Amino acid sequence: MCIQRSRTTLSPLTIFPRDHSLFLREVFGDSQMGWIERQRGYLDFTLASLARRKGKNISLISVYALIVFLVSSLVFLTNSLLREAEALLEAAPDMVVQRTVGGRHELLPVSYIEKIKAIRGIKEVLPRLWGYYYHPASRSNYTIMVPADFSLGEDEVQVGEGVNRTWVGSEEGRFYFKAADGSSVVLKIAGTLPAATELVSSDLILLGEAAFRKISGVPEGFANDLAVTLGNKAESLVIAEKIVLALPDARPILREEILRTYVAVFDWRGGVALILLSGAVIAFLIFAWDRAAGLSSEERLEIGILKGVGWDTSEVLTMKLWEGTVVSLTAFVIGVIGAYLHVFFASGTIFERALKGWAILYPEFTLAPEISLYHLVALLLMTVGPYTLVTVIPAWKASIADPDSIMRQG
Amino acid sequence: MIKLLQVSKCFNQGRINEFKALRDISIEISTEEVTVIKGPSGSGKTTLLTIIGCMTRPTSGRVWVKGQETTSLPERFASEVRRSLFGFIFQQYNLIKGISAIENIMIPSYPAGVKRAVIVKRAESLLEELDINAKAREKVEHLSGGEQQRVAIARAMINDPSIIIADEPTAHLDTDQSSVLLSIFGRLKEQGKTIIIASHDPLVINSEWVESTIALRDGRITEGGHQS
Repeated sequence: MCIQRSRTTLSPLTIFPRDHSLFLREVFGDSQMGWIERQRGYLDFTLASLARRKGKNISLISVYALIVFLVSSLVFLTNSLLREAEALLEAAPDMVVQRTVGGRHELLPVSYIEKIKAIRGIKEVLPRLWGYYYHPASRSNYTIMVPADFSLGEDEVQVGEGVNRTWVGSEEGRFYFKAADGSSVVLKIAGTLPAATELVSSDLILLGEAAFRKISGVPEGFANDLAVTLGNKAESLVIAEKIVLALPDARPILREEILRTYVAVFDWRGGVALILLSGAVIAFLIFAWDRAAGLSSEERLEIGILKGVGWDTSEVLTMKLWEGTVVSLTAFVIGVIGAYLHVFFASGTIFERALKGWAILYPEFTLAPEISLYHLVALLLMTVGPYTLVTVIPAWKASIADPDSIMRQG
Repeated sequence: MIKLLQVSKCFNQGRINEFKALRDISIEISTEEVTVIKGPSGSGKTTLLTIIGCMTRPTSGRVWVKGQETTSLPERFASEVRRSLFGFIFQQYNLIKGISAIENIMIPSYPAGVKRAVIVKRAESLLEELDINAKAREKVEHLSGGEQQRVAIARAMINDPSIIIADEPTAHLDTDQSSVLLSIFGRLKEQGKTIIIASHDPLVINSEWVESTIALRDGRITEGGHQS
């Protein structure tokens, strides 16, 4: 066998200095900056690592961002609707008193007003006339109501935006109603309620007392319920008890209870939508777990190389943590910005049917852009946390072995 | 001085496919020398290198590197030793695909918390010295075998280790490329590096830079070193 011997002439090197302490001082000297530089190094490597699996990571971030977008839209919309309801209920009476017979809401004699007024702490009691009117041509149920300060003529009405959009058969600004006695009542549209109040006014028709009684059949001397204003709102519970003692068939409803009902309704609707969405969320988690749990042989080899060149397990995990954070945070930011635009600038198109309105009356209104920090942090923890964990756990399992074993297995 | 005392390594211990890669190896390797571990494929050369370089633990026996016993070092300290004392040149190069040559070279420096500018400068100097600076920004999979080998050497040198471990460094190189590689090892030796090469390539074994040779066969020393 011919053996060729190396005969290359060599010149002294400057790049591999004999005394390497200078380099080491430069390398390890500034320990306070060391941590930041280390993290920067891991992040640099992570970004390079993500960039080389561009297609895979872009598709992952897209699916992830879509899930964040859907969940965030739901949370933002539910929350904003509640805030909207809260704002509108500020003008509601402190207490509403109804009469119940056999557990059902019945008409209430206006003579109750004097009995309630006699209770100390009550400032004002006003009768309220309201009800529902089903219009067969529109196939919609509308709310009819006599406001306390109704200033229009007896043959005039003021309607919500939803009524304007959906009422079928109006002629020259006139609505035709069928009265309780079978006769016709014609009322002229004198105005439309402000769009800002559409959440609660979409299906509302405001009219005079005489027209209301004719259409609804509520006789004179009766009201649907009473609006009570209190001198001191802190006493509402005590006063409610006194009303029940004085009028055993009365049912006082506090403003807080009305708000709680709204919360329950929107939370329930949001919950139903979230359950429908949970399929997609679970599918994504399975996808993420599969991606993260099953490290490819290439990824295992990579971990082995990193350990072989001097990284320890915690450093590999830090890098993987950065990787999970970059992916999940990018998806989170894209998803949340998308949801913000969707809810506050496109009226939450995807979920409005599930969350807004009732029957076929869907209020069209723009919600005030506002996000609570609590919800944002909750979303962040719900989305970024689990993904980062499912990324780190398999990497930890792979990296606890010695580098030689990992590379042999990889 | 690197010292191994009665080192054995057994893979898949207790299983049907149990395999003893090393059997009672006792050797001493002097620092600032070039030592070649020779032997046929499967003789245990790579396993011996990985034990010396704290990449794996022996099943039994003890190992000292520069007076410090490394056999039972916790993982964190073993990593520190690997990072600061050793530079590895793997048989398959083990470069990370999809990233550039310079990024590959910089990887071992990240855990040290070195300023990025310092790492980049150092990596560029190594690339220039190894005559592959023109390929610095190219992805490693686009480089030739010889260029990849030089990137692997630069990566091994980035933390300026005192011990270079090379596993079959000429296995994928032609004669000219092998000569260039050996000249690089010669230059490193001149700088006082301890170089341990596993090879069965006569070009390496008979190189003028080689000062001691250890022969292995079936996990046992057949020449050189100290067999207990």
